[in-house]
Amino acid sequence: MAADYVDWLRREGRIVIVGASLAGLRAAETLRAEGFTGSLTLIGDEPYEPYDRPPLSKAVLLGKASPRHTELPRRRHLDAEWRLGVPAAGLDLTGKRVLLADGEEVEYDRLLIATGVRARPWPVAEEAELDGVFVLRTRDDSIALTERLRAGAKRVVVIGAGFAGSEVASACREMGLEVTVAERAGAPLVGALGGVIGAVAADLHLENGVDLRTHVTVTALEGDPMGRVRSVHLSDESVVEADVVVVSLGSLRNTEWLSGSGLGAGPRGIASDAGCRAFDFRGIVTDDVFVAGDVARSPHALFGYQFLSLEHWGNAVAQAETAAHNMICSASDRRPHMWMPAFWSSQFGVNIKSVGVPPMGDELMIIQGSTAERRFVGVYGYKGRIVAGVTFDNARWLEYCQRQIEQGAPFPVEYPTVDRRPEGRKAVPADFPDPSLPTHGPTVTLSGYSPADRRLVFTPGHH
Amino acid sequence: MRIVVDLNKCQGYAQCAFLAPDVFTMHGEEALLYNPHAAEEERAAVARAAAACPVQAITVEGLHEGAPVEPVQVFSGAPWEPRDGR
Ligand SMILES: Cc1cc2nc3c(=O)[nH]c(=O)nc-3n(C[C@H](O)[C@H](O)[C@H](O)COP(=O)(O)OP(=O)(O)OC[C@H]3O[C@@H](n4cnc5c(N)ncnc54)[C@H](O)[C@@H]3O)c2cc1C
Ligand code: SF4
Repeated sequence: MAADYVDWLRREGRIVIVGASLAGLRAAETLRAEGFTGSLTLIGDEPYEPYDRPPLSKAVLLGKASPRHTELPRRRHLDAEWRLGVPAAGLDLTGKRVLLADGEEVEYDRLLIATGVRARPWPVAEEAELDGVFVLRTRDDSIALTERLRAGAKRVVVIGAGFAGSEVASACREMGLEVTVAERAGAPLVGALGGVIGAVAADLHLENGVDLRTHVTVTALEGDPMGRVRSVHLSDESVVEADVVVVSLGSLRNTEWLSGSGLGAGPRGIASDAGCRAFDFRGIVTDDVFVAGDVARSPHALFGYQFLSLEHWGNAVAQAETAAHNMICSASDRRPHMWMPAFWSSQFGVNIKSVGVPPMGDELMIIQGSTAERRFVGVYGYKGRIVAGVTFDNARWLEYCQRQIEQGAPFPVEYPTVDRRPEGRKAVPADFPDPSLPTHGPTVTLSGYSPADRRLVFTPGHH
Repeated sequence: MRIVVDLNKCQGYAQCAFLAPDVFTMHGEEALLYNPHAAEEERAAVARAAAACPVQAITVEGLHEGAPVEPVQVFSGAPWEPRDGR
């Protein structure tokens, strides 16, 4: 009977995807590619077809691309019904219906939730509304920010030196704009890569003429009588005059629309099993509701079965493909989402890449190159194993790091450097901030507890 | 033409920047910058770049002359304020 249902579902079932961005699009393509011929509906609150976000803080600001034109290429014909410009406002799990904000209802046989995250706004609403205060997550944000920066700014203040904030600061410097970066931690990128690498990032900021202020928080944004931002007040009592402020304080998961639905959705995202099936609030896995992308958190066998939330482009693609596959196959053909976490960033002309889960590591070893030259490979260790790698302008080494992680290779590394350098010889504390303190830096969050300490033999997915 | 590069895969070898310099450029030693919305006259160059990429990191839609992008109909007329009503 189960097989009959899957056959029927594949032929004439109704699949609804909420969230029409990277994960939603890639899932839709995979469903069709794997032979789903039923009806496919994509619901998205942005009035645009799926577009790519990473260029918004890079190529777009650098004038290489238009903020209006980062549409994602489609890998195949979709034959889908698109409901764009209208948010999903509720979910009826028993009736299998998505409720739209315009009052309509869309019924499904299987649902994929890919509603992602949004920028965490500046917490004081009146200050956030001042003219000249921006966040950067969407196309509209990008259009507004790019236009303002092109028109010229006396000084830009970036609040928060995570990846996005650092990229914005870097692009502003390239545009010739004066930039102040205010960061609560001791250096940029510490939440994602730790204090040792953060110190390298801090040097990049300073060398490129960024006025970097660390160990400070922003206490207030001050406006002029016309409602335009005029200055930024810092916790060390200094005041920075600025006409543009970019708030880059991380993100909030788009799960509010699911409150009361009975799904296990909240501020930390939507929990799912490794096969992308969502849990309900009792922790029981659902059969018809799947999640993928930035909004999801799921257990990863390679990292102690901790629930990982990954705000990474590559994760959205891989998880969408796995979710779509599992949505239309029989139970025995399901695949786990065992994607190796990976991301990239480019700032100040340096290509920064990482694999694995750096914040899990408590020690770091530079195994190639040198931090002083901004060209190196570092590996992070946890309990005697390599759990992550990071490269600055050394992307070719990433595959090696990935293999080491997959094999559970020992840490500290036996032969520390190929080109022996003093700092490569010993493991040093990676220097991550206390996880109980609020940070906005990390785009990987370990948000769970391991149900078992057994190691599974790791076989990478078929991506 | 729509383009996306999987920058996790990209190794920064710059073949694409050499073959289609108006679309792909290197920024610093190995960071790739590209225009996701390349002009039509770049089609041949982009096709060569995508084919030459040693790690197949470049995805292009609309590479073939006359291959229309599947139209997307926006259903709702009323624009919603994205940060409210969630
Ligand atoms: C400026 C910027 C730079 C980035 N750079 C990098 C990078 O260098 N490397 C990297 O790995 N990653 C980067 N990322 C992250 C990457 O873009 C995300 O991981 C990716 O977009 C996640 O895709 P998603 O589809 O899961 O979520 P999203 O892209 O967030 O899409 C979710 C969609 O769902 C919509 N939605 C939300 N609620 C509802 C609702 N109730 N009803 C209907 N629709 C809804 C949202 O509006 C949105 O369109 C960057 C992100 C940004 C913003
Ligand atoms: S050819 Fe491929 S690997 Fe080389 S820079 Fe271009 S996208 Fe990257």
